[in-house]
Amino acid sequence: MSGHVAEAVDRDRGRIGMWLFICTEILLFGGLFLLYSVYRYKNQADFHEASLDLSRFDGTLNTIVLITSSLTAALAVHELRAGRTARTRLLIGATLLLALTFLVVKGFEWAAKFEHGLYPSAPHLLTLPPGQILYFGLYFTMTGLHAIHVIVGMGVFGYGLRSMSKGRVGPERPILIENATLFWHLVDVIWIFLFPLFYLIS
Amino acid sequence: MSDTALEQEGGGRPAREPGYRSYFLVYAALVCLTALTVTSASLNLGRIAIVIVLCIAGTKAVLVLLYFMHLRYEKRLLVSILMPIVVVTLAIFIGLTYTDILFR
Repeated sequence: MSGHVAEAVDRDRGRIGMWLFICTEILLFGGLFLLYSVYRYKNQADFHEASLDLSRFDGTLNTIVLITSSLTAALAVHELRAGRTARTRLLIGATLLLALTFLVVKGFEWAAKFEHGLYPSAPHLLTLPPGQILYFGLYFTMTGLHAIHVIVGMGVFGYGLRSMSKGRVGPERPILIENATLFWHLVDVIWIFLFPLFYLIS
Repeated sequence: MSDTALEQEGGGRPAREPGYRSYFLVYAALVCLTALTVTSASLNLGRIAIVIVLCIAGTKAVLVLLYFMHLRYEKRLLVSILMPIVVVTLAIFIGLTYTDILFR
């Protein structure tokens, strides 16, 4: 009985710890969004020009991909708590696949930018007006940092799957998967703001 | 099904967790809002466009936080202490930055 209670307390603690971390992440990206809004305010015409270079289709596709992966992640936790581990694995697998899709689309998008001479400190980029340089600097920093979060999320889910097969994580001890999912939703929320601000402002 | 039982229990207070139906409803709402934001951006609405786009993004974020991240069913500690701290901190540094930029 006392073991059961300890487990419950442990779960709350683990989740609140994760939320604390999520709050620091919100502040981290909040600072970057603030930077973006100030530079945009000061260079409205340049930001408008530069955002025309982004593929709205790629951005929209990735938004749908990420939202869908959030759904599969949420359902994975739901299934895990209900004790259906086979379905949990399947849903986590789907989440990982969608995450990979997101990165591949992002990769093609960045590759297209690189081909047009748009990457940090590129000779062509430096000939553009200062506002556009700022725009692309922020674009690469923020989507890059976001992509790192996607990769980390995939790593944690992968570790979660491994732990499930080793029996360290399961319906009785779902914290790892629960927290990985919370992190994954955070990644989704950040993209929800990145998408309109970079792709839809023109 | 156990999902619906979970959703219905508890009368006035929100149930412990959303079930399949609410997850898919939230998902449908998120997809619709994405379509809406893309359409609104191609309409050439001028200055108000950024406000519309940000409102839609905010709504989507709140949906994810409340339902996917279960904030609606979370402990008091998170909802009424931690979240306000984050919001106030953000508001302070956004507010101070803008007063500096606008009135310098």
